[in-house]
Amino acid sequence: MIEVSGLSKTFGDTRAVDQLSFVVRPGVVTGFLGPNGAGKSTTMRMILGLDNPTAGEALIDGQRYASLVRPLTKVGALLDANWVHPNRSARSHLRWMATSNGLPTTRVDEVLETVGLTAVAGKAVGKFSLGMKQRLGLAGAILGDPQVLLFDEPVNGLDPEGILWIRQFMQSLAAAGRTVFVSSHLLSEMAVTAQHLIVIGRGKLIADADTAEFIAQSTESTVRVRSPQLPALADLLGRNGIRVTAADGSLIVHSVPIEQVGDLAGAAGITLHELAGVQGSLEEAFMQLTGDSVEYGAHGFTTSGDPMLPTAPAGPPGPLPAAGPPPGYQPQSSPGFQPTAPNYTAPEGK
Amino acid sequence: MSLIAVERIKLLSTRSPYWCMIAIVAASLLIALAIGLGDSGRQAIPYFALRGVGLGLSIYMVLAALAVTTEYRFSTVRSTFLAVPKRTNVLLAKTLLLAGIGAVVGFLCAIGAFFLTKLLAKDPPDPLVLQGQVWREVAGYGALFAIAAIIAVSVGTLLRQSAGAIALLLLWPLLVESLFTLIPKVGPKAGPWLPFTAGDRFITPTSVTDQFQDAVPQTGPTPVQGLLVFLATAVVLWLIAAFVLNKRDA
Repeated sequence: MIEVSGLSKTFGDTRAVDQLSFVVRPGVVTGFLGPNGAGKSTTMRMILGLDNPTAGEALIDGQRYASLVRPLTKVGALLDANWVHPNRSARSHLRWMATSNGLPTTRVDEVLETVGLTAVAGKAVGKFSLGMKQRLGLAGAILGDPQVLLFDEPVNGLDPEGILWIRQFMQSLAAAGRTVFVSSHLLSEMAVTAQHLIVIGRGKLIADADTAEFIAQSTESTVRVRSPQLPALADLLGRNGIRVTAADGSLIVHSVPIEQVGDLAGAAGITLHELAGVQGSLEEAFMQLTGDSVEYGAHGFTTSGDPMLPTAPAGPPGPLPAAGPPPGYQPQSSPGFQPTAPNYTAPEGK
Repeated sequence: MSLIAVERIKLLSTRSPYWCMIAIVAASLLIALAIGLGDSGRQAIPYFALRGVGLGLSIYMVLAALAVTTEYRFSTVRSTFLAVPKRTNVLLAKTLLLAGIGAVVGFLCAIGAFFLTKLLAKDPPDPLVLQGQVWREVAGYGALFAIAAIIAVSVGTLLRQSAGAIALLLLWPLLVESLFTLIPKVGPKAGPWLPFTAGDRFITPTSVTDQFQDAVPQTGPTPVQGLLVFLATAVVLWLIAAFVLNKRDA
């Protein structure tokens, strides 16, 4: 368990981390989300005792990192896969780490086997690809079989295979009852990796919620209808005070439960070819929330402040799958959202 | 103890220490060779014959500083502090290891250079026998290497980058201290008390034949005083480095 309370860090005039308080619990993967420069890495470095906080403190199982005895047996961290000497072999790198925490050398070979680097253990790390370095970093993190694990942007720059591998690896660690805290600026990645989210922007806490709950509350659910009598349907809904927008051969109905649309159409005898609930895209919700993190306070992830976007649904949120990526994440299933966030570009390419 | 083992693994699992060691041995033996053979060894007093070991001391300081600065260059210092959050202990282990290796390397190179000169010099001014002050002039290099290692580790920790640390460690003894003596009045008086010049007194003979009177410095601190000045400098620098290391973000 990681407990952060009132954690702040000031670099000159910049408040990189501002009064951050949250708890990371064992047994689930907790995502640490925020745009680049939001203070994620700085927070992790303070948790791990690398940076001294300006105020507040971070405790791991009730203790400061600096006071842990044999810390690698309690906390494993992969903050940057490049924190290795390029001329040192993978085995030597892990060997000094093991020695420093009184772990047997046999443990080095075990973790090398776990991450699949046994064949290249004697090679200089400088010759490794990023994916291999990332695996070496993971090997270092699990070396002491710790209960608490921190990963900073672990999938950055990895190929799809590597991303999948790391994601499953983190989930298996959490499933074994460990505390897993992983940062990312990719919401879509977190949506499929983390069960709980801690969202920050400009160093401040924006949200601390279950991933599903966060998505439901911060994205707009809409209903897409296709019908041969589209003008009649638009007219009908308009007369009932429901806002609709047209989008290539279909209508996007805002802010009403899907049942109500079906009932109204049925009552008026309008034929429907499609009636589908659409979940707003995660990226968009993320932009809304972090775009002006001063305006949106710690619990203010209702979207009332943004004139560009309609308010969040007052009724029950749209159907949300219990697991797996929410449907709204696929860009093709949320066409109604593109006009509302014209300047947004997806961060996947980073 | 395990922390010293950690630092040993780190030091010996990269290549540059080995190259530095080869360079130190080469410098020591080549100067001894030149002094021993040149002029049938008529210049072969230990103070001259072991100057190559003094050059080796500069190279050893580069090695010791690099042991710190490369950790910063590749950010392995962060991995180190994750494994061992008590930073003073890390610095202490690194310093003890490098001072220890330095003592052994300095002593062995000096002994090697001494006996090479003895072997080659046909007509030395004094018989080259390890006794009396000659012992100090030879074995003293072990102490100087150890203390120089403390200084180099401290400077590396404070500056965190290789080029700056190496430049400082080479220019300080070779240039700054010798230029200082050019300052009128103060220079000649205080110059011999500057750390590296003072340290050098520990391997300088206190009495020489007239022939070498001009070439061997005789003013300033006694050998033991010189060693203490050198050691005090190292300790002060080390304490500052340890303080800064704990205050600073890694």
